[in-house]
Amino acid sequence: MSIKLTIMDEMARVAREHGKTLGQLDDDVALLDSGLDSLGLAVLVARLEDRLGLDPFTTSDDVQFPVTVGDFVKAYEHGSH
Amino acid sequence: MSTAVIDAQPLRARVAGAAADACCFDRAASVRVADLVRGTCLCGGLATLSGRSVVIATTSQLTAALALIELDGVARRLLILPPDVDPDHLGALIAGAEIDAVVTDGTVPPQLAALPVRVVCIPSIVPLAERPRARGHTEWLLLTSGTTGVPKMVAHSISGLTAAIAPGASTEPVVWGTFYDIRRYGGLQILLRAVLGGASLVLSSAGEPVGEHLSRLARHGITHLSGTPSHWRRALMSPEIGKIAPRYVRLSGEIADQPVLDALRTMFPRAAVGHAYASTEAGVVFAVDDGCAGFPAAFLDHARNSVEVKIVDGALRIRSPGAALRYVGAGARIAALHDSDGFVDSGDMVERHGDRYFFVGRKGGIINIGGLKVHPEEVESVINAHPRVRMSLVRPKRSPFTGAIVVADIVLTAPFAAGDDEMELRDDILKLCRGALPRHKVPAAISFVPALAVAATGKLARRSA
Repeated sequence: MSIKLTIMDEMARVAREHGKTLGQLDDDVALLDSGLDSLGLAVLVARLEDRLGLDPFTTSDDVQFPVTVGDFVKAYEHGSH
Repeated sequence: MSTAVIDAQPLRARVAGAAADACCFDRAASVRVADLVRGTCLCGGLATLSGRSVVIATTSQLTAALALIELDGVARRLLILPPDVDPDHLGALIAGAEIDAVVTDGTVPPQLAALPVRVVCIPSIVPLAERPRARGHTEWLLLTSGTTGVPKMVAHSISGLTAAIAPGASTEPVVWGTFYDIRRYGGLQILLRAVLGGASLVLSSAGEPVGEHLSRLARHGITHLSGTPSHWRRALMSPEIGKIAPRYVRLSGEIADQPVLDALRTMFPRAAVGHAYASTEAGVVFAVDDGCAGFPAAFLDHARNSVEVKIVDGALRIRSPGAALRYVGAGARIAALHDSDGFVDSGDMVERHGDRYFFVGRKGGIINIGGLKVHPEEVESVINAHPRVRMSLVRPKRSPFTGAIVVADIVLTAPFAAGDDEMELRDDILKLCRGALPRHKVPAAISFVPALAVAATGKLARRSA
């Protein structure tokens, strides 16, 4: 599964567990409009670390807070190189 | 001392000196604070609240703010209910605080319906013919968030609550905003700063999305903005963040780490970014304005602004004119607020690296998830109820979005056998947690481990960070 598909799959799972409904997940959609709140996103990042072996937001000293869904996916794609 | 005379004045009298056009805003209303000098928002109920112990149980922050300004110096006690208080705890709280009146802006929760006096507060000021005489000092009761079960009630005086607020020296108009609810200690500090400084204040409305709140802050020309690191992380992820241009950015209520401080400095290159260390019990202890996480070790060398700080068993203790007076109600029977030297034990653990101290977590391992506290033992007891679990350790893991998140290490009664589905067991344990715990206490991730370290005390070894 590609990194992007893994992220989408895990987003759907976290949304289900938290009783949230995901909106359209185009790259330019604001992450906070994705349907997940801060806690949902925090859980998502912890789960993705298990699945992808990577947490691009806490391992780097220079954290860029992702604004859009595209930023979020890109952080993982860059981090895995 | 001249300051004592000023301090003795009730809050409403100090509004008189406020800038004439300073307003309090929320999404739906705006109120000119100086109008409170000759008016009231308590719908004719002000006189009946004189000398009473009043619970402020409004749905909106704005009406709570107005009622607090009017009732300081009038009521005997003001018990401030934060919006997230558990209705099941209301009975114990009003009994413990000897409450005999409620101020509301809508429906009164059934637990408060039997109180003898009920007064409605509206977000608009009407002229008042005769104001009841100030009856002296009002005791302010705030709730702590660090406990399981009924929150503790902490008593403050208005002079203590305003001890850390320096007289305003700003020549340019100030517009304060707060992500933090004013019915919690951190938010209340911002309300008091705005009132005493004659500044306008922009409050959020219940359920208002971050983006809309930020756009509204921008429309009001926000200059000073305060929130927890988690509030700020959430704001930094909102596309609307670029609309605001504060001169002063303040963080408090959680550990401010270097990434969030750096991200704010990058976002607002011209703003002063400061993090304040404060707690409901200890009051405002200090503010750190050098843009770095932690605080200079020199802060411990001598009292600063009459606040003394020392370290006992790795945790900060504070003696301060801004500290609370005591616990009230059931909390007072369990714990004294001060030690024998008058210091308050903050429970906040620090470690020294070079010439700075850094916050490493809470004594007793309490985990702070975006401002909500979690006792690891509570989560462990739920996990341990699963038939396949021998023991578990719940610990914090750093998160860019909420400061920390709960994760669990679990030892099973028997190791995985062939045919066991690890994923299925993990889901089963999580389902158990979701059924018994609020969302922020459910572990974000579970690891199955062969063993957990046990300390010499016979207790699970918990790292302090």
